[in-house]
Amino acid sequence: MADLDIKEKKDIFTEEFLINMGPQHPSTHGVLSLELKLDGEMVLECTPHIGYLHRSFEKLAENRTYTQFIPFTDRLDYVASMNNNLGYCMAVENLLKLDITDRAKYIRVIVAELNRIASHLIAIGTFAQDLGAFATPLFYCFREREKIVDIFNEICGNRLTYNYIRIGGVQSDLPKGIEEKIKNFIKYMRSKIDEYDWLLTYNVIFLARAKNIGLLRKDIAINYSVTGPNLRASGVKRDLRKDRPYLVYDKFEFNVPVGVNGDAWDRYKVRIEEMRQSLKIVEQALGSLPQGDPTVKTGRVHKPAAGEAYFRTENPRGELGFYIVSDGSAYPYRLKIRAPSFSNLAVLPELIKDAKIADIVCISGSLDILMGEIDR
Amino acid sequence: MLTTEIFDLLKAKFPRIAKEEGTSAVIIPKELLLEFGRFIKDAPLIFDDLHCVTAIDKKEKIDLVYIFYSNPLQHSLTLKIYLGPEDPKVESLAAIWKSANWLERETYDLFGVTFLNHPDPRRILNPYDWKGYPLRKNYSAPNFIAKPKL
Repeated sequence: MADLDIKEKKDIFTEEFLINMGPQHPSTHGVLSLELKLDGEMVLECTPHIGYLHRSFEKLAENRTYTQFIPFTDRLDYVASMNNNLGYCMAVENLLKLDITDRAKYIRVIVAELNRIASHLIAIGTFAQDLGAFATPLFYCFREREKIVDIFNEICGNRLTYNYIRIGGVQSDLPKGIEEKIKNFIKYMRSKIDEYDWLLTYNVIFLARAKNIGLLRKDIAINYSVTGPNLRASGVKRDLRKDRPYLVYDKFEFNVPVGVNGDAWDRYKVRIEEMRQSLKIVEQALGSLPQGDPTVKTGRVHKPAAGEAYFRTENPRGELGFYIVSDGSAYPYRLKIRAPSFSNLAVLPELIKDAKIADIVCISGSLDILMGEIDR
Repeated sequence: MLTTEIFDLLKAKFPRIAKEEGTSAVIIPKELLLEFGRFIKDAPLIFDDLHCVTAIDKKEKIDLVYIFYSNPLQHSLTLKIYLGPEDPKVESLAAIWKSANWLERETYDLFGVTFLNHPDPRRILNPYDWKGYPLRKNYSAPNFIAKPKL
């Protein structure tokens, strides 16, 4: 102690310091870099740096035909490709004023809701992993997701980037016997969600780690344009499937689960409940699946009349919007992707401020952001 | 509220606004933006959510597009401002809607529209030292080869 040479009290002081979290940090779900200003264990300020995955899809779209761009939408939110295909194709169909068949609408609902479950499974699995429940919940979630991926593999031949929903319908009709498999999956999945409740949702350690962490007030969430489960967890009952029903969502009975406090646990819980509702929708859609042709015969090259269309769909992560401007040629003049995670990430500095450094991973994990669609 | 009702209400307050041909967008002169923003945020319209900000490069002009949504009333509004292609400047809405912060940064990054009084006027998707504005029609990327047109 002698060589420290402390004469007065003012020689002992604390200092703010900057650290970089990411872009290679395992719990940032991709390549997100957070610049943190710390005072001991408390975060004073957080500046996110994004763009590490920027692939300029919006510029590339201007040199692709409308059909050629569908595979790109797979790579936006790559754990919910079906929902991205759906949003894009519906925006183009809006621009073309193209009506699709009833069977196509039902098939789209079935695959979109199955993909929502798969996406939420990854969200809760990685969230539990972020909280330190190492591997077990994630492996359980991937076990169930594997069943959905197998179903998709049978439907369209792909396991991650599906490219299944096309302009004017779907790539091909459902294969024989897949209805039975989906029905079996619904039965299996219901019991597994109950198992998650038993294993994770009301687990004391999990509650202590996630309750009252990262409180997102209703008005702040709306002001930051947060959408999807994150907004609903803060107590706002906003779901496009109910508010502005597209496809045939108005024919099905389902609830919109909302949270109370808007903390990390609520965001997790809303996702669990949404999986139950999605199973309900898939079951009803399978029960009333109409026969017929799932595709409208259209040419390969679409030339919509000059004009613009903005279409939003309810994605697993929030509201995905496609703003397409056409000049009458086969290529979009301008294509803007309004990615839900982009706005959901913008609220992160607000949540992290004055939190402990150990809670950063919990908060960012509970927001379920995905860098693929943020950076585009 | 229906789009026509919203437009009539706005027209009574701001006589200088107009409706765009072919779309349901409302066009306002850029000086009006802040006043207009404060008006639609409060009752009776309550557009509490600035959902999307983007731009379209139409060569002779740049269309700045704002999309608003109202949670309590469940209606939406598309707002457009026409800017000149040389050094476009407009007031920032970040003081009214926090979501404008990142959305405007993205529009600046890709189109070069400067937002005055913006709290954090940096690029967001491209590297901070990037030259040029990639989504402008006259931008040419160093190694970009356009696909042959059909």
